[in-house]
Amino acid sequence: MKEYTFFPGCSSEHNASAANMENSIQSMCRILGIQLNEIDDWNCCSASIGYAGGGQLPRMAMSARNFALAQKQKGNTDLVATCAACWLSMRETNERIEEEPRIKQDINTALAEAGLSYDGHIKTRHMVEVLIEDIGWETLQSKVTKPLTGLKAAGYVGCQTNRPFGVCGDSYENPLYLDKMIEATGATAVPFPMKVACCGGALMFSETEKACVLTKQILQSAVDNGAEVIITPCPVCQLNLEVYQGMINKTLGTNFNIPILYYSQLFVLAWGGSWQDAALHQQVIPAEPLRRFA
Amino acid sequence: MEPKKIGCYICTGCGIGDALDLKALKAIASKEQKIPVVKDHALLCGAEGVAMIQKDLDEGAVNAVIIAACSHREKSAEFRFDIDLMDRVDLRDKCLWVQDVKDGDETAEEDRQMMAEDYLRLGSIKIKKMNVPDPFLHSEGSKDVLVVGGGLAGLTAARDIAKAGYQAVLVEKSDVLGGKMNAMFKVTPDNKPPYRDLADNFIGSLISEVEADNRIKIFKNATVTKTSGQPGQFDLIIKNATSTKEVRVGSIVVTTGFDLYDPTKLPSSLGYGASPDVVTSAEFEKMAKEGKIVRKSDGQPAKRVAFALCAGQRDKEHLDYCSGACCIYSMKQALYVIDQYGADASTYLVYQEIRTPGQMEDFYRKVQEEGGVFIKGDVTAVAGNPKGGVVVKVNDHLIRAHESLDVDLLVLATGMVSTVDTLDPNSPSPVGTGRDELPGSILNLQYRQGPSLPRLGTNDFPDSHFICFPYETRRTGIYVAGPARRPMGIAATMTDASGAALKAIQAVEAVALGVGVHPRSGDLSFPSYRAEGCTQCKRCTEECPFGAINEDDKGNPLFNPARCRRCSTCMGACPQKIISFANYSVDMISTMIKEIEIPEEDEEKPRILVFACTNDAVPALDMMGRLRSPISPYIRIIPLRCMGSLSLVWIADAMSKGFDGVLLMGCRHGDNYQCHNVRGSALAEIRLSKVSETLQRLKLESNRVKMVEVNIMDAETLPGVIGDFVEQISNLNPNPYKGF
Amino acid sequence: MAYDLSFAKDVYNKSEMGHWIKMCMQCGVCAGSCPLRAHWQHSPRQLFQMVRAGKRDEVLKSSDMWMCTSCYNCIVRCPRELPITHIIHGLARYAETEKAVDPMQPTRRFAVEVFWKNITATGRVGEAMLTMRLYFQDGIGAGIQRGLEMRDSALGMLKTRRLNPIPFRGKIKGYDGFTKMLAKAAELEAKLENKA
Repeated sequence: MKEYTFFPGCSSEHNASAANMENSIQSMCRILGIQLNEIDDWNCCSASIGYAGGGQLPRMAMSARNFALAQKQKGNTDLVATCAACWLSMRETNERIEEEPRIKQDINTALAEAGLSYDGHIKTRHMVEVLIEDIGWETLQSKVTKPLTGLKAAGYVGCQTNRPFGVCGDSYENPLYLDKMIEATGATAVPFPMKVACCGGALMFSETEKACVLTKQILQSAVDNGAEVIITPCPVCQLNLEVYQGMINKTLGTNFNIPILYYSQLFVLAWGGSWQDAALHQQVIPAEPLRRFA
Repeated sequence: MEPKKIGCYICTGCGIGDALDLKALKAIASKEQKIPVVKDHALLCGAEGVAMIQKDLDEGAVNAVIIAACSHREKSAEFRFDIDLMDRVDLRDKCLWVQDVKDGDETAEEDRQMMAEDYLRLGSIKIKKMNVPDPFLHSEGSKDVLVVGGGLAGLTAARDIAKAGYQAVLVEKSDVLGGKMNAMFKVTPDNKPPYRDLADNFIGSLISEVEADNRIKIFKNATVTKTSGQPGQFDLIIKNATSTKEVRVGSIVVTTGFDLYDPTKLPSSLGYGASPDVVTSAEFEKMAKEGKIVRKSDGQPAKRVAFALCAGQRDKEHLDYCSGACCIYSMKQALYVIDQYGADASTYLVYQEIRTPGQMEDFYRKVQEEGGVFIKGDVTAVAGNPKGGVVVKVNDHLIRAHESLDVDLLVLATGMVSTVDTLDPNSPSPVGTGRDELPGSILNLQYRQGPSLPRLGTNDFPDSHFICFPYETRRTGIYVAGPARRPMGIAATMTDASGAALKAIQAVEAVALGVGVHPRSGDLSFPSYRAEGCTQCKRCTEECPFGAINEDDKGNPLFNPARCRRCSTCMGACPQKIISFANYSVDMISTMIKEIEIPEEDEEKPRILVFACTNDAVPALDMMGRLRSPISPYIRIIPLRCMGSLSLVWIADAMSKGFDGVLLMGCRHGDNYQCHNVRGSALAEIRLSKVSETLQRLKLESNRVKMVEVNIMDAETLPGVIGDFVEQISNLNPNPYKGF
Repeated sequence: MAYDLSFAKDVYNKSEMGHWIKMCMQCGVCAGSCPLRAHWQHSPRQLFQMVRAGKRDEVLKSSDMWMCTSCYNCIVRCPRELPITHIIHGLARYAETEKAVDPMQPTRRFAVEVFWKNITATGRVGEAMLTMRLYFQDGIGAGIQRGLEMRDSALGMLKTRRLNPIPFRGKIKGYDGFTKMLAKAAELEAKLENKA
């Protein structure tokens, strides 16, 4: 049994937009024998656009509070995040606390107001790093009981699960780990030139038209390359690509109907988990191409 | 010399024995070519094969060797024998590997056999016509090296020559050593990690080191008024105000440095003269060295300073080239301002492109960190400011805006102009130099081709071909280093000077052995001529790319073998065919041409002769073999030392022998020439323009002869080039001279 | 005065990662790497040069840095290793603190007026409330309009249990300390200067 401190993040809450990710990740970890110990009373990481309202210190204080709680509750065990923005914010905050004495001092003055302190030393890891580095490709492959043979999937890595930190030293311009995960389930990773293009991120809320153009290009490329589904590790990408498909079809004259799934959903299904275990019932665009494997 | 005893050794390895009729080949060597010893071996380059040859040499049965195997570029270490005469016949790379013979195709097999037999004939003739060269030796040679110019490059060269154990003669025209370095305040950390901090000027210690070295003889206030002779025996006249000295040296390093472009010649938009607060970088350096950086107009502190980089450089109207060091130099000066005024300093560098090669990128970062503001753009106008200082109008390309910049000083980073006389008064440089008159000669060479060093291409630099032959000029034994060769900064100058010093030492040692210096290093041969045949036409003395041949009063050539690069351009130039080398001559190639078998017209097997330059075309042909690219079986290749040796007689010989076409493969010529001998292929092209007369006289079509440029990298395109020519020839009637 | 460095020095000192701006060598890789390049007036490198040229108003009033999707493409491609994404975020925040930015700039409005308020109200994102606030920020009519546009999607989210039907959520347990912490951080933020 491997144990990690777990920071689920706001979108993974019950009844939140990435509940399907959260549910499938829990199933995935059950199968792999991973225990995720959630930080009690965690708060928002401040996400990608927290900088505008929060500046440097308030923004980073939010992540620092999570670290301080984690350290108090679970010691310096590796902290696992499943959301790209959480992983990025937490990791960045930890780096700056460890590297910049002035930031460390100011953050701790602020934390003291909440009766907390934090001096660094917790490693923040993305769930995909845990799979690749701690579980290993061999195990991921050996768990497969229902290979998804014939399924054509586009591996959409997106931005923040890739940049600026990178995953296990993979390339920024053409990371291969997600394709490898798809292939590990027996499915086929189609060539996908837009695999690291931006879906618009948080600008989907404020600059919807501009962001829809970006999302459309990604969907188009996946469809053009013969994909039946798009696989992603990122909840923002999943949301933008899935929930805005209808609007894109309406405003940009397209006719997309392609399911957007998490890597964890694919694994759970291929490892013999049920439709429910894989949270496939929680797709706004139903995961029809996976029916034949269920 | 003992009579020639030739042995011919045929390798049957690498498939040669399977593909070719060995018995027939051996018969060509022994019966037709009358070679006394003819042997074969299944692996000639192996220990046993080599021992077989060595045994014949040891026993005195053989003293000249033909190796009929692979290309001469292969197995050269294995086939190294202590003999004077050897030739390699290439049966594999240029024959077997480029002939596509299907099983049972008897015609193709026969064609390939004919090609191999012809190549064996060519090798036999070649070795029969070769003689052992006697090295050019003289007893009163000198191994001392002259260094002209006592600045950074000259001091470095002299020091390195002395350190290597040779005597240096250092001539400096002024009364102090150190040159322009004496005016420097601080120097950039080009050679010193972490390449960020300015260093103290070190020229004083270098001067002391040179002055204290008794292997270096220093002449100050002196110039070289005459240089005659050749490497190993350059005779100099060194003059100062009071005395004249005659000195003999073996080789020469020219390190006379640069002049700064005349700022009064710059466009008025740069503002020089418009205000005392517009200065050159040299003037600014002087101010910084003296201590206070101030406005020239009123002596107030100059805290806001702009630098105009490329002040005339990379401008067709002024200096057409990048001056190499000014970006770094200006950054250094920006640091002077920042060092002096701290947080009050504002420095602006207006640039075209920042060029900070090598580790100087770290220095660039340092200046950015310190607050230097970099503006890509042009200075479009400069006006005096009534409040003091100047207003500089800048077209900022980065923000696409015309802006006014108020500064206390504007510093113009003017460029470097070489001090070496490369200019022919009759054909002035296409590039501006800012000079009103041509520079005086540095060496005053007593050469038939003039007192100066030839320039490279359209630039005014006395360079030859840096990539192949660094530091060399087109005068053997004379090397130019530092900004005299091309503009460069401190670190590059010192590296350059060390390189040239080593080249100069290499030259005196090669000359002492009587061998060629470069590019045919170690070559013992040199040209000689049959005086009674000379018509004093002067073609050889005019065409020699290296000025190796002087003339006597009557116009007869006077060869200076130590100046010679053994390119054989003189041999090709001579209409009387009286210039030759012991191991390379017009007669040798003519005889080879005549020895090739030409099938009768009704056999419908044309023959095409290829002359290929050994420097680029032959290696390219070898690589074509490695690629197994098939070519026509009607091709016969004869390598030439250099296209410059091309004699038109050979074309006539080939045509009257019955060849249907002649293809010449020479190096690229013109401004970006690749000829190792600078002018060889260019001269061949000029000579060929006269070949149509020969062809007309023989009543033959002029397109039977063609010259192509071949680069060493052309292996993949060569089959196409050859194929096109073969097709062109096959569209003509057969040469009617076959069989005559 | 053009190229007056007082603005540049303010940015170097007060804007997050602003001191890196002086290290830009203007190669333009950032400009070619930005997914929103069709929509800004000035690329990152141009903004940086405008800072160095003293163009305070043009920079701070610009909408350009609000076009950042935080994709971090510029950051990984910059050959000079400038943290460009953070510099752009810093400039946006600096424009906000200087009250130079148009309050109606859509991303500014969402980020500052909606998102930051949302997360600091309870300690976590309330997605349903966030969406409502966003839709209704221009009044009830516009809100209903946008709600209708997204009706199918919203229903889909509700049906798949990915949207809370009740837009109100409770505060985190340590909310008091959380709020005090943020207040202290904001107070220190005003005094924070970048390392030179």
